[in-house]
Amino acid sequence: MSATDVSSAPSRSNDPFLRLTAITKSYPGVVALSDFAADVRRGEVIGLVGENGAGKSTLMKILGGVTTPDRGTVEIDGVAHECLTVSQSMSAGIAFVHQELNLFDNLDVAANVFIGREPRKFGLLNIVDGKKLHAMVQPYLDRLGANFSSSTAVSRLSLAQRQMVEIAKALSLKARLVILDEPTSSLPIAETEKLLKVIAALKANGIAVMFVSHRLNEVVEACDRVIVLRDGRIVGHLDGDAVTHDAMVKLMVGRELKVAYAAPASERGDVILSVQKLRTKTFPLAEVSIDFHRGEILGLAGLVGAGRTELAHALFGIDATEGGAVMLEGTPVRFASSAEAVSAGVFLVPEDRKGMGLLLDFAITENITLPDLSAYARGLTISRKAERARAEKSRGELDIRAPDVAVRAGSLSGGNQQKVVLAKWLAMNPRVIIFDEPTRGIDVGAKSEIYRLMRMLADSGVAVLMISSDMEEVIGVSDRVAVMHQGRISGILARAQCREEDILRLAVGRGTTQQANQAGNT
Amino acid sequence: MLNLKKDLGLFVLIMVVGTVVALINPRFLSAVNISNTANLVGLFGMFSIGEAFVIITGGIELSVGSMIALLGVIFVDLIASRGVPWPVASFIILAMGILMGLVHGLLITRKRMQPFVVTLCGLLIYRGVARFYTADATAGFPFGVHFEYLEYLTTGRTDIVGLLTDDIHTSIPIPHAFFFMLIVAAVMWVVLHHTVFGRHLYAVGKNEEAARFSGIRTGRVIVAAYAICGVLAAVSSIFLAMYTRSILPSSHGNFYELYAIAAAVLGGFSLRGGEGSIIGVVLGAILLQVLQNLVNLLGIPSSLNFAVSGSVILIGVLADQEYADFRERRERLRRVAAGAASPRPTDDPQTGNGMLAAGARLGDREP
Repeated sequence: MSATDVSSAPSRSNDPFLRLTAITKSYPGVVALSDFAADVRRGEVIGLVGENGAGKSTLMKILGGVTTPDRGTVEIDGVAHECLTVSQSMSAGIAFVHQELNLFDNLDVAANVFIGREPRKFGLLNIVDGKKLHAMVQPYLDRLGANFSSSTAVSRLSLAQRQMVEIAKALSLKARLVILDEPTSSLPIAETEKLLKVIAALKANGIAVMFVSHRLNEVVEACDRVIVLRDGRIVGHLDGDAVTHDAMVKLMVGRELKVAYAAPASERGDVILSVQKLRTKTFPLAEVSIDFHRGEILGLAGLVGAGRTELAHALFGIDATEGGAVMLEGTPVRFASSAEAVSAGVFLVPEDRKGMGLLLDFAITENITLPDLSAYARGLTISRKAERARAEKSRGELDIRAPDVAVRAGSLSGGNQQKVVLAKWLAMNPRVIIFDEPTRGIDVGAKSEIYRLMRMLADSGVAVLMISSDMEEVIGVSDRVAVMHQGRISGILARAQCREEDILRLAVGRGTTQQANQAGNT
Repeated sequence: MLNLKKDLGLFVLIMVVGTVVALINPRFLSAVNISNTANLVGLFGMFSIGEAFVIITGGIELSVGSMIALLGVIFVDLIASRGVPWPVASFIILAMGILMGLVHGLLITRKRMQPFVVTLCGLLIYRGVARFYTADATAGFPFGVHFEYLEYLTTGRTDIVGLLTDDIHTSIPIPHAFFFMLIVAAVMWVVLHHTVFGRHLYAVGKNEEAARFSGIRTGRVIVAAYAICGVLAAVSSIFLAMYTRSILPSSHGNFYELYAIAAAVLGGFSLRGGEGSIIGVVLGAILLQVLQNLVNLLGIPSSLNFAVSGSVILIGVLADQEYADFRERRERLRRVAAGAASPRPTDDPQTGNGMLAAGARLGDREP
């Protein structure tokens, strides 16, 4: 169970232990993966990038033994397989760490790592041997450089630490290849650093890592080489120094894509929504005061848990507030429910698209008309025709790619789902729209679309608040950036003064408030 | 959301069971038997529809039987002993039903109590109060007391063909309870499947959080569902009181809530909420009555009554799931077979539920 286990594997150090040749998989109408070939050697970190639909998920499914390829071979330690079963994939040492982690919050770290495989004692009594369990888990944590112990409750760990637990689990299963699926997309900066260190530790232990991500900066930092996929084909290999942000983007989209960060068309307008000394339930002592201007995209940066989402929920009437006032165009408002916020034209595009933003089992149409259903009623009953007309219109305006507006929202890709969420609110009369992590898990192309729509909204006189943990996005999109730390606004930066460093400093609570006032709230 | 295929399947099942029973015992199709069964379908269908509204929100209402007992004894007491005119008494009973539903709904939404707990307490409380109200005695009408019009409305039967042809031709007399249930079903069908409120019910049942983030007042929707359940239980309590004419508060309406839940489940409702149709629950109520009738007509010991219903529900729900799985597999195979012949460029295999499911499986795996 130590690093020697890995080196005792049959492959010699620089021979690939996993070789994929000519893997092809089609679905009706789509070639999901075509002639994919790759070698995986011990201790290398391979980036796998591509837009949504490029074939990354299909490849992962094939490696996991969940999907059977139409053609091609998977060679493990020199033995060729036409397809893998789940157990073959496991015994080959392929382990997955998914975006949605599969941990039991109520158990401690050790119990999670060895869940279902706990060491037992007392024969037939079959009692879990806790001591041995912790002794077995701790070495894995040490190897990963974890700063928590095996007896910590998972509920008390941060997201990155939880990922570490998953990786420890993979190690305990003698993984040789750890596939990280979008590991950083929900991590704030500081946490991302930790994860990159873990990857380095894995590499040092001779374990290969496949890093699947949309966050190209991290790919650059973490990966030895990168495979770029587009429409199911490999469109490029980048090696060593050639792994750059621009090179990847160019290959991914097949053209030079300047992520379109449009500048505002006009100066920002007057204040629409004014938040004065608002205190949320989570931070009952921290007061937030901030103004939302017509025509402005206000970025809201900060670490996860800084109180940004709580602020958004308080403004949208989801959570009750502890005190303070909110003025909407000069009139004090107090939204006791989201319904009141909606009728006042204050909308929220929530962070959890699948759980809060959409009803996945409802059709696109029904999702779009849901907040304003009575507008589609003729007499007492809803007019399906009117609903459909609205949905078709939204589909055209927002370029929602779906075979029909009657399909389930759950069947759409992330970017298209987000457009449906947006379409709900655009079909009404927005005055203020709050976006909470609007582009999380969305591919580059759809991202620019969302940015364009946000800018369009702002230009049409809406006040836009964008909560984001993606630094590039915060700096690129926002006209002004407010940074939160422990429930307070720790600083506000104007577009011109926006540097990653400053935002970071404010986010960890080391910013000077003077600086904030200068850039300020004028 | 209209579940036509499921409804059709249930309809076929009723037809098949009916045909088999009729072949073995032709009395099944006798006018008297059909009329009596229809009467029971009407009585039980009404509160089953109410229960269905609660189930759609993902909740449960366990106090229906006790409500029927309590409201029944009060109704009989009001009109028989206290001389309250029956329309006034009916109004009071309906108001009480709504009130009980409102209280349940508010406890569930405002106080965040679990529906099971709230309505279980309702089950115990109303039953106890009903027994106390009559001092555990049977509530009934004194000898010779009649309410002609009320009895005609609730327990009367009309032969429609006879009515139209001045009794030259006759057909099966249809009980008024059944008519009334049909009216309730029709109204509720419109409400559930065609109004804003109905759509909100489904949304809340599917995902309350997402509904709330779409600006729906989820609390109100849920409270309204319990109120509807309460008022329909009250309506059927009047019909049932007039049907039985004497109410033993310790047993009147026992297990009716479970009957209603069974009808809804048979009709394609999911106890997780967000699924089911009015036609489904009505067909479910019909099937349950046909099964009870079958036990009587086929000479099966009546002690096995519940066992038969239970078995059929179990097998029915199981078969339905197996069939759904089978259909899904077949659909997938057909799509693979169809291959590139019918391009569906937007049907992105990368992002559907498949990956989520696969992801969960991959992540969960253990030796």
